[in-house]
Amino acid sequence: MTDRLHDQEYILDRDHLQDLLDTLRNSGRRVIGPVLRDGAIVYDDLASVKNLPIGRTDIQERGLYRVMHREDQALFGYNVGPHSWKKFLSPPRTRLWQGDRSSGMVQISNEPPETQKMAFIGVRSCELHAIAIQDRVFIQSEFTSPPYQARREQTFIVAVNCGQAGGTCFCMSMKTGPQATRGFDLALTEVIENGRHYFVVEVGTEAGMTVFEQLPHTVAGEAQKSAAESAVAAATAQMHRQMDTSDIKDLLYRNYRNPRWDDVASRCLACANCTMVCPTCFCSTVEDTTNLKGDHAERWQRWDSCFTMDLSYIHGGSVRASTRSRYRQWMTHKLATWIDQFGTSGCVGCGRCISWCPVGIDITEEVRAIRKSEESFLPPTEGHHGDT
Amino acid sequence: MKPMHEETATFATAAPMTPIFCRVLKTRPETHDTFTMEFEPPEGAHAFAFAPGQFNMLYAFGVGEVPISISGDPDDPQTLIHTIREVGAVTHALRAMKSGDLAGVRGPFGTSWPIEEAAGRDVVIVAGGIGLAPLRPAIYSILSHRENYGRVVLLYGTRNPDDILFRKELEGWRARLDLSVHVTVDRALETWRGSVGVVTTIIPRARFENSNALVMICGPEAMMRFTILELQNRGVGLDQIYVSAERNMKCAIGLCGHCQMGSEFICKDGPVFRFDRVQRFLEIREI
Repeated sequence: MTDRLHDQEYILDRDHLQDLLDTLRNSGRRVIGPVLRDGAIVYDDLASVKNLPIGRTDIQERGLYRVMHREDQALFGYNVGPHSWKKFLSPPRTRLWQGDRSSGMVQISNEPPETQKMAFIGVRSCELHAIAIQDRVFIQSEFTSPPYQARREQTFIVAVNCGQAGGTCFCMSMKTGPQATRGFDLALTEVIENGRHYFVVEVGTEAGMTVFEQLPHTVAGEAQKSAAESAVAAATAQMHRQMDTSDIKDLLYRNYRNPRWDDVASRCLACANCTMVCPTCFCSTVEDTTNLKGDHAERWQRWDSCFTMDLSYIHGGSVRASTRSRYRQWMTHKLATWIDQFGTSGCVGCGRCISWCPVGIDITEEVRAIRKSEESFLPPTEGHHGDT
Repeated sequence: MKPMHEETATFATAAPMTPIFCRVLKTRPETHDTFTMEFEPPEGAHAFAFAPGQFNMLYAFGVGEVPISISGDPDDPQTLIHTIREVGAVTHALRAMKSGDLAGVRGPFGTSWPIEEAAGRDVVIVAGGIGLAPLRPAIYSILSHRENYGRVVLLYGTRNPDDILFRKELEGWRARLDLSVHVTVDRALETWRGSVGVVTTIIPRARFENSNALVMICGPEAMMRFTILELQNRGVGLDQIYVSAERNMKCAIGLCGHCQMGSEFICKDGPVFRFDRVQRFLEIREI
């Protein structure tokens, strides 16, 4: 099932992609997309199609990420880099308010709501799912984050289907890709064949139609639709990494005491890279600051990570002092407790945590290891209270 | 959370991270490291409605913000009362405040003690150290509607006699004929005439009906764990026991991730939990 405005698919020629960027920009949107910087494909302001990572791809494996040349001139011929869209929807550092104190009074001014509309270019299917997961956290929970909601509601999404699978991708296991099925305004599939270079376009929303109507386009024929399907099928066929998610919530709930956590802790540096690159990790902290005179104060929110000691600090010490407990918290949250909290897994199978882990810890391998070691690991008897 | 009437609200959903500033009415020392602060409602409001067991985020200007349970009387919400242990920069700054100073308040947040469910039953309140503060609103509420409850027992343990909180009040409660109060300390000099031993030692001899009692516990996690073991030994069901849990908190609205304990966000799913609902987490070290 695909959430589309209608069944019609269109063709946008490669040479008219710039028109899409211009149309979005002319409607007051900040256009953000993939650009090559510091040896990685990252998300940043995108002025021109020329700034896309033309003819580049990314090689990814455990603890490895390299940008390489491809044989063709594909614009979206890579998978995902270290950035995710949460950087723009829930920025790493944001001021929440500032206050001034004088003659026994305090005046607070809240940060004005975000008014800058954004357009994301090149959102992968796994990333659409990641955004939907963060929506559940920040919008559809008991309390909402007004700044996130404001940014989110003003964001136009151009998805791009994957025509290849990266070495760390496992979206098929998580049922989040590679085909974009919902959560986009426009979805593009890049096709390069017989000297032609074009995009097959699906329209997801009225807003998407309004933009697309302004671009030179034709209606897609069966051959072109099938070329697009083949592109996505290639990604499906390439994907070799898997995670067995059957019973995964209960599996992890049963295995808090599994000694396998000591094994992963002996490798984990608790560096927090996995939580920074993860498109769904949402932990943040609050920083209250003041000037030297003490009459001006600000409250900032910034990304935090469950791999820090500070995150769980209460008087007397950190609740999760060991790396073992912190890795366990991260993975158990991502794959198990998240389901109870938000009705969905916190993992979309994008593979970033695997590629960007400096020691190459692979979440899919850790799940396999927990599964395998469970049989030999005997949990304490019911009612055991001695684990203090 | 209780629905908030506009005039009593100190928490705005449009800007959930922004405190409302309230004037300090007075502060008074309780023990060598604890003190109680009273605040008047902010301008335009006349009360702080809250339920026993709920907490506020208290902000000291420019220093920071910490979660603190409300220790006042829910039937007398004209002043907001917090009892605080001075352990860090923020609580130190709060301690230094004088009457008339402004502190930021966000809240109230979280779940509350099962005061209504306790009606018609024996009530056992077990507190350790500063854990008496979040239970005091429940005690006030039960005592103001004393006829609604069966036997009421308060078991209170501290490390040593100097740590006993609300001493005068405890003495007053102990003098009542409709309330049974046991105070014990872990260790004491010979000048202490009271009971010595951890709070769990009093549980076997406390008088309440095992099958219908409702137990509310707040204290260090180890103390809560052993208290629950003793209660189980007496035959109290785990679904009759409520605990208040503590974790780091930054937002208090379930968005910052800091207060997680397994699948629970202590700030919004707790801090008060029926024990059997969080047992599987509380029994795991470093969760």
